[in-house]
Amino acid sequence: MSDNNGNQVFIPSVQTDGSGVGDHARPTASPTAVPTKNPTTSPTAGPTAAPTKNPTASPTAIPPVGPTVVIDPVTRIEGHLRIEVKVANGAITDAWSTGPMFRGLELILKGRDPRDAWVFAQRICGVCTTVHAIASVRTVENALGITIPDNARILRNLIEGAQFVHDHVIHFYHLHALDWVDLTSALNADPAKTSALATSISTWKNSSTSYFQGVKTRLQNFVSSGQLGLFGNGYWGHPAYRLPAEANLLAVAHYLEALEWQNQYIQIHARLGGKNPHPQTYLVGGMASPVDGSSAAAINPTRIAELRTLVQMGLDFVNQVYLPDLLLIASYYKDWATTGGGYGNFLSFGDFPTDTSNNPANLWMPRGIVINKNLGAKPQAVDHNLIQEYVSHSWYAYSGGDTAGKHPYKGETTVNYTGPQKSFTTLSGETKYSWLKAPRYNNLPMEVGPLARVAVAYANGHVRIRQLVDSVLAKLNLGPDALFSTLGRIAARGIETVAIAEQMSSWLDQLQNNIKNNNLAIQDRSHWDPQTWPAESWGYGMTEAPRGALGHWVHILNGKIENYQAVVPTTWNGSPRDAQNAHGPWEQALVGVPMADPTRPLEVLRTIHSFDPCMACAVHIVDPESNEVMKVWIENY
Amino acid sequence: MKNEQTILQELASRGVSRRQFMGYCGMLAAALALPVSATDVIAQSLATTARVPVIWLEFQDCTGDTESFLRATQRTDPAITTAQDPSLTSLVLDVLSIDYHETLMSAAGFQAEKSRLDSITNNRGKYIAVVEGSIPTALNGYCCVIGGKTALSIAQEVTSGAMMTIAFGACAWDGGLAAASPNPTGAKGVKDAVPGLANLVNIPGCPANAVNLVATIVYYLTYKKLPAADSYGRPNFAYGRTVHSQCPRRERDEAQYFGDSIHRAGGCLKELGCRGPVTHNNCPTVKWNGGTCWPVEAGHGCIGCTNPSFWDTQTPFYGRTV
Repeated sequence: MSDNNGNQVFIPSVQTDGSGVGDHARPTASPTAVPTKNPTTSPTAGPTAAPTKNPTASPTAIPPVGPTVVIDPVTRIEGHLRIEVKVANGAITDAWSTGPMFRGLELILKGRDPRDAWVFAQRICGVCTTVHAIASVRTVENALGITIPDNARILRNLIEGAQFVHDHVIHFYHLHALDWVDLTSALNADPAKTSALATSISTWKNSSTSYFQGVKTRLQNFVSSGQLGLFGNGYWGHPAYRLPAEANLLAVAHYLEALEWQNQYIQIHARLGGKNPHPQTYLVGGMASPVDGSSAAAINPTRIAELRTLVQMGLDFVNQVYLPDLLLIASYYKDWATTGGGYGNFLSFGDFPTDTSNNPANLWMPRGIVINKNLGAKPQAVDHNLIQEYVSHSWYAYSGGDTAGKHPYKGETTVNYTGPQKSFTTLSGETKYSWLKAPRYNNLPMEVGPLARVAVAYANGHVRIRQLVDSVLAKLNLGPDALFSTLGRIAARGIETVAIAEQMSSWLDQLQNNIKNNNLAIQDRSHWDPQTWPAESWGYGMTEAPRGALGHWVHILNGKIENYQAVVPTTWNGSPRDAQNAHGPWEQALVGVPMADPTRPLEVLRTIHSFDPCMACAVHIVDPESNEVMKVWIENY
Repeated sequence: MKNEQTILQELASRGVSRRQFMGYCGMLAAALALPVSATDVIAQSLATTARVPVIWLEFQDCTGDTESFLRATQRTDPAITTAQDPSLTSLVLDVLSIDYHETLMSAAGFQAEKSRLDSITNNRGKYIAVVEGSIPTALNGYCCVIGGKTALSIAQEVTSGAMMTIAFGACAWDGGLAAASPNPTGAKGVKDAVPGLANLVNIPGCPANAVNLVATIVYYLTYKKLPAADSYGRPNFAYGRTVHSQCPRRERDEAQYFGDSIHRAGGCLKELGCRGPVTHNNCPTVKWNGGTCWPVEAGHGCIGCTNPSFWDTQTPFYGRTV
């Protein structure tokens, strides 16, 4: 990594003409028969305008015109993401996903008290705030052999359930909707017709003509002010926008309502965990919020009644606003039910335990694996030993060469940044092009997230999920294959939001019942004192984040963290190619997606956003074993 | 820019009454620890101020401070406002023109960069830069690259033309989590990555509280100067007192373990590791999520997240400090 003078040596191989493809030929089938998608399938009809020069002269990075289109930054996601795609004949033929930021969190955790780990790990992500805390306490509890009390199980389910509902609604309205909703078209809407549309799809209270007139006026004032703020330079007027003006106005109104709603709903986190984001209430062995029917300072029947109001408010919004809007918008974009599907391999760790047994069979959201879109067979069981991470195309080096995968317990991450050293235009010619590793299950790329959970639950015979899937598909007049698409991912997210929002009240019932029976335990303290720990232990913890399967692994030695690893949803979905050159799931899902105007790559955003990327989660990996190398490297700098 | 609207006009178009507007101004005056008379001064200022351009930069972050910003539900006197009234969040999105914010903006790719550069060019000396997340300096900064540019180069470019820069959250203040030992990426806060920056305000916390962000901006717009601050550049109105000195539990018996009878009854959490006695912040008074709660009230000790290098100086979290 350094020359004789101790200076960093890098391999700048910037491709400025967009023609270099390096070794990134189309992936070949791996030895384990990765089902690769035929790249020529399903570009839907649409204008196939030839790439044109960027019409707006910009002093900044002009996207390379011609074969390569770069989107950097990809916005309306958590964190930093760069996507490069190649386009021919109006459709994407190849794609590269780059995570351009990392922090080295696992290295920071080395040597720390394992009981503190959740506070650090929680800060992996402030958007899916809470899920890394749950994964972390479960991991340490697994290492130390701790069984949590029932109240702790319920409190964790409630906090995580609220997180799912909150996060999915925000994703739909604030991160994803503007890929489908043309803000400027809403200015042409007739408020009376919008009111008629709203009342035809929902009983939601805010549906009068005057209400929509108010939203329209507000929007008009905003636009006429000339200060477009967050909405400046959007792809407004793009030919791929297809909603009638009234549907656009309806969606804009609910964008604003959801902004208010989310503020209220997430008070569930504040009431149970002190604040959101980053609720501060987890403990190894349980939870820190006291439960006591006779104390005003604890979770008591009065507080549970307040929580019920919030839970109902969430369910109402999901049933009366989110799901009807989703169905309305989807009905205009059904061609997106045949594109953006990707591999069709799905991994769900499952979550929401129904008891404290730690038995994977007793998860309300089931654990399992569906391969090759097969919903007819029972999902395969998950064996965490089959998870490996590759760095062949990531800015790291493995001892023993970059072609072998490593299980998280044995993970190593020696930084090997070979990327450009100056401002650059493309990365797709580079062998290594991302700070994300490439996790694989049994050597297969796996999609994780709402669609994976819904697919696994469906195949597993989950009654409520099946009802909802069948109902949504019927309302859209689509077949089951429609699930495996950009639109299917959006539908799956809405479907599970309904199911989880419904489930919240049952956990409140269980908590109330425990209080009634004076079952007040919130923490198993039998292994709180490090004196009670074995000299050495290993553990793993699994959870589902809104964005997908999340696993942490820990090695504890003499009371301190010796090694800590997290394999997170966006690393699964957004990974670069692996040692077999198989694309990551995003890269694969983009192949075949149509693109009308390469200077305004709206279709890329639609498909990437359908996964709900979370980059801070995905890139934080530095292995303790490489401490030595890192030190040398930093000193050289 | 044409037809600049003042904040009061903007709010009026939203159906926010003058009475409600005065309520918000009063709330902000209270958060700023100003006398009641300041309410009119703030209101007069905001009513005649055009929407202020903001460039919000995210670097080595978890987006938690953005999420905190979006949870600014602080409401005024319930007699004035109802649940149907806009919360501070949507007001803020109305009174600020957020020209660049990667998590929220509609534009992507080079169009997003254009939004940033246009705002810098058109509003030089008139925009607020908000920084979230730390800035890596190892590897020539290539641990955080946006649009092919390093975080450091973007931070220098944006802050140099700002009328005020706000380091929002622990990471932007002193490097925060990424800078915790052994700081693998050479992460720094704004004050160290871009030294000598004029008009820098630090609002630490993990995350920081949006009320303190809004109050700082409103103070600056009203009085044309930064609020009084301590030696760390933290505004005194928010960081002038210890958490413990404002804590309703401070005189109570001390819980010995989580879930014991004293803990259930709302006892002091010092024995369980609470950092309230050594931490300066206004959590106990402003609280979180619209004044709903704060960590100690919910039963877990303060983790001291506004202290310098808190991930190293305040850990392990569960040992008694005082």
